Amino acid sequence: MPEAKKRQLPAQFIATQFNSILGWARKFSLFHYPFVTACCGMEYMSAACAHFDIDRFGAGWTRFSPRQSDMLLVVGTVTQKLAPVLRVVYDQMTEPKWVVAFGTCAVSGGIYDNYAVVQGIDAIIPVDVYIPGCPPRPETVLDGLLKLQEKIQHQDQEWRWKRRRY
Amino acid sequence: MEKTAVLDLLRQKFPREVKEAFTDLGDEIIIIDKGSLLPILKLLRAEPHGYDLLLDLTCVDYVGQEPRFEMVYHLYSLTKKRRLRIKTRLSEKELRIASLTEFWKNANWLEREVYDLFGVHFEGHPDLRRIFMYDGFEGYPLRKDYPLRKRQPRLRLRE
Repeated sequence: MPEAKKRQLPAQFIATQFNSILGWARKFSLFHYPFVTACCGMEYMSAACAHFDIDRFGAGWTRFSPRQSDMLLVVGTVTQKLAPVLRVVYDQMTEPKWVVAFGTCAVSGGIYDNYAVVQGIDAIIPVDVYIPGCPPRPETVLDGLLKLQEKIQHQDQEWRWKRRRY
Repeated sequence: MEKTAVLDLLRQKFPREVKEAFTDLGDEIIIIDKGSLLPILKLLRAEPHGYDLLLDLTCVDYVGQEPRFEMVYHLYSLTKKRRLRIKTRLSEKELRIASLTEFWKNANWLEREVYDLFGVHFEGHPDLRRIFMYDGFEGYPLRKDYPLRKRQPRLRLRE
């Protein structure tokens, strides 16, 4: 093989699967919608802002419209009164979408074992990653984000013209 | 001596209606009949006493006792810098008391809260409806006989 051709070859193409490259693209461009209801919001802010900076992992773009976002961050206590709102927000998000339960209240209701609070948002919407803590440290949030990225990378991706087996 | 001047005056002016008037841990407390709530508060609110601020208004459920409920009012005088606590008992059968909305505007929401969570009716309230719980919620959640783990979800829950 000529010397020039040998040098060109490695940069010309990569071998991968479409599913895998789509996962790679999706996991590093998570637009997130913060559904912030309680004190965990402060921890969300510190995780999102410059000190801990979730933008390093490609999740820095906050959208305040569920229609433009991929990742729903449920941060804080969800009451029974609020439950229909959370369901509507989730339904408005377009596929693909992922949900993160942020903090003990969103995970399980936390200390609020009473008439007013939903005992974990997975009673309302499906949840992908649970981040425990009251409130969680920003490092825990970053760890949860990495776990979600790992899940997105390895999951079976959906796309519009995908051939489906019926 | 100076501290109990208000209590003495109340004992004199309302000998029958004021059941007890005492000082406990530095707080002045009177226990009254529920029917005399408005005249007593009217007197206290006017000068020279000047209890012009309604700090809080709430209810306590002493389940098993009769009368069962106790309304608690906290007053504060901005000029004299003095507090006064007023308590009155309500029986479960006749769970109604006069509204304070004509004296203090903030009594409006406070009374709606007590109405929502304890089921006390306030006579003369301009807009007595729920403030915290959602439509269709049954029962009064802060009563002691409300089941501890009773849930009333608005949606059908998953699983």
